[in-house]
Amino acid sequence: MTSPIDIEDGGTSAVAEGEPAPPAKSGADSLEGRSPGQLMWIRFKRDRTGVVCAVIVIAYFVISLAAPLLTKLSGTNPYTLYGQDPTYADKPILDEFGLPLGYLGGVSGDHWFGVEPQYGRDLYAMLLYGMRTSLFMALGITVLVMVTGIVIGLIGGYFGGRTDYWLGRVTDFFLSFPQQLFFIAFMPVVTSFFVDPREETPTYFRALAILIVLWLLGWMGMARIVRSTVLSLREREFVEAARVSGASPWRIVSKEILPNVVTPILVQFTYQLPSTILSIAFLSFAGVGFVEPTPDWGRLFAAGAQYAEQDPAFMFFPGVALVIFVLCFNLLGDSVRDAFDPKSGR
Amino acid sequence: MIQFIVRRTVGAAVTLFLIGAATFFLFVAAPSDYASLACGKDCTPARLADIREALGLNLPLAQQFWDFMSGIVMGRDFPTGHCSAPCLGVSFYSGDMVWSTIMDRFPLTATLTVGGAAVFLIVGVGAGMIAAYRRGTYIDKVATGASMVLSSFQIYFLGPIVLTVLVYSTGWMEDPKYVPITQDPVGWFVGMSIPVCVMATIFTAQYTRMARSSMIEQLAEDSIRTAKAKGMSRRYVFFRYAWRGSLIPIVTVFSIDLSALLGGAVVTELTFSLQGIGRLAVDGAVNKDLPLTMGVMLFGAFFILVINIFTDITYAWIDPRIRLS
Repeated sequence: MTSPIDIEDGGTSAVAEGEPAPPAKSGADSLEGRSPGQLMWIRFKRDRTGVVCAVIVIAYFVISLAAPLLTKLSGTNPYTLYGQDPTYADKPILDEFGLPLGYLGGVSGDHWFGVEPQYGRDLYAMLLYGMRTSLFMALGITVLVMVTGIVIGLIGGYFGGRTDYWLGRVTDFFLSFPQQLFFIAFMPVVTSFFVDPREETPTYFRALAILIVLWLLGWMGMARIVRSTVLSLREREFVEAARVSGASPWRIVSKEILPNVVTPILVQFTYQLPSTILSIAFLSFAGVGFVEPTPDWGRLFAAGAQYAEQDPAFMFFPGVALVIFVLCFNLLGDSVRDAFDPKSGR
Repeated sequence: MIQFIVRRTVGAAVTLFLIGAATFFLFVAAPSDYASLACGKDCTPARLADIREALGLNLPLAQQFWDFMSGIVMGRDFPTGHCSAPCLGVSFYSGDMVWSTIMDRFPLTATLTVGGAAVFLIVGVGAGMIAAYRRGTYIDKVATGASMVLSSFQIYFLGPIVLTVLVYSTGWMEDPKYVPITQDPVGWFVGMSIPVCVMATIFTAQYTRMARSSMIEQLAEDSIRTAKAKGMSRRYVFFRYAWRGSLIPIVTVFSIDLSALLGGAVVTELTFSLQGIGRLAVDGAVNKDLPLTMGVMLFGAFFILVINIFTDITYAWIDPRIRLS
């Protein structure tokens, strides 16, 4: 691979700092080549904030994957109405107004994060399952959005001319939609493609509708970034050299250009994923995404806003969990960017 | 400059038409019968026929499209009465004119967007500039750290916290409510201050970070070095040379953020149970009220395009290169 990164990084002091000082005695033997990926990894490992955040972010994914196991520990599930179910009548958790008994929204040995007012659902179980819904849907949507954006950006950037012009117009057109309003408005329309509107929409179709809406209105940022990167790469000498030596467009795109677009793509990915999670949460918050009783992060906030006056503690755990997650993901994004491009600075 | 404005306006009008067309065909050409969608679970044949009539669903598609589009420009007549110039149809849930419903709710959303934008642009960009000016000092560290944490907050989380602290537990302020500015400017200001500030806080944090890094980048430019080498004072170089240049990426991001801004207003409305455009969109979606939903979306697109033109003009004013291209 001919990569401008090698050449540029070779001379900068940032790389010299990033590498351990070579042992003086071994001389020429210690001179080893490192790929840009290895250099990036070395730089990333030295960034303590980045590593801590990466660990936290991975922990979130592990926790949400293991949600069924972790709720076994507490012996609760997100669907049972502990406040109304007669099976649990011997252990009252709600007072006569439907508010949780005890402190911090009813935190107890059975209900670690407290319970939902009125219904008495277990917040711990709801949060874990809700995170699972949000994180893995967001992961799927983000991958789709990225792939679409990359393909459109590559085509526009590489072929240029009329193709680029029209793809650019289409991108601009999609960008001029007021996104959040359209998320809300398109949900029933997209759902109506699959289900008879007079019937109850199954959760599965709701998820599919969310996916389609966020996918359709989410790819433009990625396409723009890839396009502008490819536009500048297309004129570089190594691409010209490849073209002169008779490489096919496919080879130029896949072997010469694509490896050099990986950096902005990865950086964009770390920003896109949390924003997708927030978009899903937004839909559920607005009442057009997931509905009761599907556990979902955004729905917890809708409920929290409703109970804010009587039981503000309900908001605490879902909110703090979301803030920590988004914060870590943003910091991780910055670290990844710095690791790829030490010159970008902060 | 005038030519530039005209060109942008024509472009915006074309985009608006295309958005209208796209929305129309997406909604009307959806496989499910919209009349039955609107009719809901307890649907009677009579009501179904009424809705068909009101929607004009018994007419050919092209005719419907023409009626809808010409109605916006010239107004149209409905069985229920005349709907004057910018006619977006009649809501079949409440039976009101969509345009007048939107106009009722719009001042609130406008207060949120414009007020919020004013607050976060001034505070956010200001804080970012100061942080860059005092780079490395504790002011810089506090500004960077606070903006990092605050930008991870969400309106629907921060809102209830602020309400709990300021309203429910201490009673220092009243529940946010909207009073038209023409009626009671003080009430308007007091009533909207919490929502506007909560919404602005989230954006402020992002703009502080951006303004800071943009300023630092600008200070590394050759022109700045030259100006410094000429012996100009640090403050002069900073506020006369670097300031203007560093605004360009901020204006770019702001024009991209416009729809996020409207979205922020929507979330804020829902968080504080205010009756604005966002609530209207949700109502339209939940009640499957086609004319209302389409009206709100077109209006939202229109609003964003108008602000966009203003942003572009500002852009052209800051950076002369844009005007000439």
